[in-house]
Amino acid sequence: MLAVKKIINDPSAVVAESLRGLGLAHADLLEVVDEPAVVVRVDAPVAGKVAVISGGGSGHEPMHGGLVGPGMLDAACPGAVFTSPTPDQVQLAVQRTDGGAGALLIVKNYTGDVLNFETAAELAAAEGTRVESIVIDDDVAVKDSLFTAGRRGVGGTVPLEKIVGAAADRGEDLDGCLAIARRVVANVRSMGLALGAPTVPHVGTPSFELADDEMEVGIGIHGEPGRARMPVENAEGVVARLLTPILEDLPFTEGDRVLLFTNSMGATPLLELYLAHGIAERLLAERGIVVERRLVGPFVTSLEMQGMSLTLLKLDDELRDLWDAPVRTAALRWGC
Amino acid sequence: MGCTAEDLAAALRSAAVVVREHRDELVELDRAIGDGDHGENLRRGFDAIVTALDAATPPTPGAVLKLAATTLISKVGGAAGPLYGTALLRASTAVGDAAEIGPAEAVAALEAALGGVVARGKAEPGDKTMVDALTPAVAAATAVDGSLAEVLAAAARAADAGAESTVPLVARKGRASYLGERSAGHLDPGARSTALLLASLAATAAGR
Repeated sequence: MLAVKKIINDPSAVVAESLRGLGLAHADLLEVVDEPAVVVRVDAPVAGKVAVISGGGSGHEPMHGGLVGPGMLDAACPGAVFTSPTPDQVQLAVQRTDGGAGALLIVKNYTGDVLNFETAAELAAAEGTRVESIVIDDDVAVKDSLFTAGRRGVGGTVPLEKIVGAAADRGEDLDGCLAIARRVVANVRSMGLALGAPTVPHVGTPSFELADDEMEVGIGIHGEPGRARMPVENAEGVVARLLTPILEDLPFTEGDRVLLFTNSMGATPLLELYLAHGIAERLLAERGIVVERRLVGPFVTSLEMQGMSLTLLKLDDELRDLWDAPVRTAALRWGC
Repeated sequence: MGCTAEDLAAALRSAAVVVREHRDELVELDRAIGDGDHGENLRRGFDAIVTALDAATPPTPGAVLKLAATTLISKVGGAAGPLYGTALLRASTAVGDAAEIGPAEAVAALEAALGGVVARGKAEPGDKTMVDALTPAVAAATAVDGSLAEVLAAAARAADAGAESTVPLVARKGRASYLGERSAGHLDPGARSTALLLASLAATAAGR
């Protein structure tokens, strides 16, 4: 195996060793269960509350383990790097968090994630817990679902988990949480690009090769190549290239109120991210779209991939209030 | 002579060695059009099968397949875990309580495995997936009137040709489908691993 320049020990132990650190760093919020790996809210189960559970491959930190806590996720199921979790992880998460009101699984639309969460939902249902799933597929870079595995779940996952977590917190039942989740999925769109590839620890070489003057547009969050490769543009060009397909897709039009989420893929620093965010705000203002809420930072990362994504969620009063509701997690914390 | 539970367990151990030998190749194939986890996931899965076989002695070939299936489903994740796991689970059901797997049981197991993969993954031939290796393998196995070794050899040859046929295809399922036209010109890693596993089983059967 190739030596890889990362702060790791054994490449196959990266996730387990990182989770151990997460548990120690945030012992007030979460507990890390080993074998199968699950990150659980420290006060779970919360009686009478719908359990909100997510998960996916590791390498997207702080998603999902850093989003476990009051007002957001009850549990997260971390898979191997860029690999969906297994059904036994999800089953354990349901067992540990079911407060009698059922569980809602938040699943990003990837073949492996859907297969494993589907299996887990069947197993949990067989044990008598009511489980519903919401699949998020907000990536406008992927076209027509008849000829692909469908759109990917990317940046929109963070507002989805925040808003559904708040809905469960205020006492919505499982059907109510599911209805709100569907509204978020219907109204959120994202697009990302990369200037440089990540290196998966157990692979040891960059996931794709990019020349110094190239960028990869329509990128996912697993180092999979995007839909097009083109010469690097400046920030104005990059932001417009991400924003335009998002606006055209839903579409977002004059007078719409939105949450704008400017996300770093891991290696792009906040200096550049705020610069890009400022441009996105200006472009939206020029179109008469009202940015009511913002989130800027590395929340849905792809290891050390250099690049960014933009996510827009069309807001109404209820979705805005749920976004504003108190949350206390490692990565998002306000109102409490 | 048929394949007993003990023979099948040995065949799976040999398959685990083959998976280890080809881990890096599968990682590279997946890195080109997917996310590079296929080789590592299969290695983890088959090593887990070996560990499970060390800890238990299933009495029938069907029970061996079931143990391997549940291990893959619970240990691997990704798409490979549930797809190969479902394939083996359906194969296990197809061979039932039989004490030995002969050519007829092998054909039934392969047919059931294909049915399971198609039901779970919803892929069709031509989508650039493991179905492109498994479909011709089942057809070839069905057409052979011979010994278990001959049935598996025919399946392995057809699977290999089927895997190679994925090279020019544009992916319509799985992570490679995000690439659209750019997925053409690459061998599908799932089809390749299916061909490798069938070749390993055929080699074991021929060597007995």
